[in-house]
Amino acid sequence: MMNDEKALSSSFIVLSSSLKIMQHTISILVANEPGELSRIVGLFSARGFNIETICVGKTLEPAWSRCTIVTEGDDRTIEQIIKQCGRLARVREVRAVTKSPHIEREMALIDVSVSAGRERQEIMNLVQIFRAKVVDISHEKMILELSGDWRKVDTFIEMLKPFQINEVTRTGCVAINRLSPFETAEAETQTANAAA
Amino acid sequence: MTSVANIPAVSSVPAAAAQILETVKTPAPRGAEILVRGLIKNGVETVFGLPGGAVLHIYDEIWRFRDEISHYLVRHEQGAVHAAEGYARATGKVGVALVTSGPGATNAVTGIATAYMDSIPLVVITGQVPSTMIGTDAFQEVDTFGVTLPIVKHSYLVKDVRDLEAIIDEAFQIAKSGKPGPVVIDVPKDITAMLCDNPRKLHAEYLFESKEETIDETALNLVVEKLINARQPIFYVGGGIVTADAANELMRVVETLQIPVTPTLMGLGGFPTAHDLCLGMLGMHGTYASNMAVSESDLLVAVGVRFDDRVTGKLATFASNAEIVHIYIDPSNIGKVKKAHVSLIADAKTALGKIAEKLAAADQTEISDGVKNRESWWLKVNDWRNSAPFACEYSQTEIKPQHLIEELYRVTNGDAIIVTDVGQHQMWAAQFYPFKRSRQWLTSGGLGTMGFGLPAAMGAQLACPDSQVVAVVGDGGFQMTNQEIITAIQYKIPLKVIIMNNGYLGMVRQWQEMFYDRAYSEVDLSISPDFVKLAEAYGAQGLRAEKPEDLKRVLEEGLNFKGVTIFDIVVSKEENVFPIIPAGQDTRNMILK
Repeated sequence: MMNDEKALSSSFIVLSSSLKIMQHTISILVANEPGELSRIVGLFSARGFNIETICVGKTLEPAWSRCTIVTEGDDRTIEQIIKQCGRLARVREVRAVTKSPHIEREMALIDVSVSAGRERQEIMNLVQIFRAKVVDISHEKMILELSGDWRKVDTFIEMLKPFQINEVTRTGCVAINRLSPFETAEAETQTANAAA
Repeated sequence: MTSVANIPAVSSVPAAAAQILETVKTPAPRGAEILVRGLIKNGVETVFGLPGGAVLHIYDEIWRFRDEISHYLVRHEQGAVHAAEGYARATGKVGVALVTSGPGATNAVTGIATAYMDSIPLVVITGQVPSTMIGTDAFQEVDTFGVTLPIVKHSYLVKDVRDLEAIIDEAFQIAKSGKPGPVVIDVPKDITAMLCDNPRKLHAEYLFESKEETIDETALNLVVEKLINARQPIFYVGGGIVTADAANELMRVVETLQIPVTPTLMGLGGFPTAHDLCLGMLGMHGTYASNMAVSESDLLVAVGVRFDDRVTGKLATFASNAEIVHIYIDPSNIGKVKKAHVSLIADAKTALGKIAEKLAAADQTEISDGVKNRESWWLKVNDWRNSAPFACEYSQTEIKPQHLIEELYRVTNGDAIIVTDVGQHQMWAAQFYPFKRSRQWLTSGGLGTMGFGLPAAMGAQLACPDSQVVAVVGDGGFQMTNQEIITAIQYKIPLKVIIMNNGYLGMVRQWQEMFYDRAYSEVDLSISPDFVKLAEAYGAQGLRAEKPEDLKRVLEEGLNFKGVTIFDIVVSKEENVFPIIPAGQDTRNMILK
């Protein structure tokens, strides 16, 4: 799991060096049974692979769950992770989503201190720019909801930093492959932009 | 005709009463019965175990089914799992161990890990506290599922008695299919008591369908082409040959092509050591010839091996001039340690069988040209062979360990199944007992478990009553599991255990001598029990040899004895295993003496 504090303070650094880090999103179809998730997590820890985020939910078939894991490493590490997960008796499918065009989403709930007036107006501007939502509000605080790929979430949090952020909770990534191959160009542009 | 007349009398019983009668006759079986019947259905004849509170219902059924399934009562659960492993290693069948919850399960862990590292098919049934008490720190409760998680191929915690039958069937399937391994079934006590006549299927039906691998035809043709044309090729073969029973296919391929073969520690027996094409064992304590040949090869054909660090030494320099062909059943092992140029995902038997077929169909002049082109390679290889063969040591005054193994080979005509622990004795046995066939060499390779040999030999002897089984162990490892001698006595298993007694934890002492300035830190075992008296206390035959001239007589006497024999063979104290490649170094840095 990403450490909130670290994410806040270094999000731009993460952005500018994202090419080196090589994050990968792996999608695993695993039996919806007790212990199967710990088997997957155990594979990661036993081999010293770090899990950045992990998300699990039911699929159309209730007996199977989809588990989305974001991890980092070079191509060989990722290949190993995929093969090791594929060995498990209750894993039906392992896919490196990031290897082909895909859509990736993460959601964040952000509790930020903000006084009425100009400050609140500035936040509302950011909310509009990022197409976020205000889900709760009091005289001193707001709770904002945002979904998007992790870079967008990182950037939003960064933009909120001049205000006082009290708490951030992030869901971790879910991902799905695109229907058409056209995303490739866009994804590359995005990465290039991030690197610049 | 009279019998027909009798029928109305039988059917005159009222229908309702007949139904009641039926229910009384066959009540729904309880979980424990389903479990034991499941074992029998899956062909299990032999179970090693030790009872306890959580498995009382199961043991009650073991008692009821005692004519159909033989249970061997060990004295420590580690012994049960090792014995099951010995049984599995000697036959290729799935070994079965049955232990209770808590300490029963934790004692079994070493055995499970040993089987996991060497890919041995096992089903280990562990009792568990009643499901209502799981998580309450109940008496003899341990999270067996969690504890064994990283050392099993698969595991179950049975939560519903209706799943039990499917779980047993699936466990055997998983244990022996693909790359074999241990499967743990954790069964809570209440599940074994519950009655059930409506079993259900789990994920069993779609478990294997998507995992079938087919050999890539292009890769296969490429491999065959490389094999035919390679100038300096070598086959590096491992446990996969033994597991897949691929010895014949391997022989066909290498004899056709006249390519040298080097087996790993786990691959010993998969190719006859004494064969002309065999260069002997590869790796840290392997032959000079095989290590040099791998270093200088231009094509390394790795079959059923996983590039273990005890084989490769320093990875960067291992077979650095060679193209690597990796044939392995489990895709996760391909490219894990060393990048393969071509890989075939298949078991050794299938892959080598296909290669042999292609060779038979190939242009035979091309093949014979290839063989001719390799003549200069063979000159080099034979030079290495002759320059530094394994050297057996002899002495007039003391028994040299290498001499002991040679003598054992002679006395057993080279036919015995040899079972070892880990350490110096293991390496000498590997070096000086030329194996003829698969499953003749049973050793704890990956985990390197002291105490493996004695109980595993017991299991192997039960599995192969017509073979001579000999455990060769050190004085250190022997003392870790010698309680199982009494198990062998109880069941009249003619266990033969040779203790290579040098009064040291020998391999550690050797490393301290060579790499730690002879600081012999905590390796002295000179204070040991009198092993002959110990054997006699168990009711076994105890024999000792201290002088070279006694060796042959003592071995013959003990091996001909129709019962359990413990040999205390006192060997020279500070003998070292050579050659040795220091851990993590280039294989060319082999120390020969």
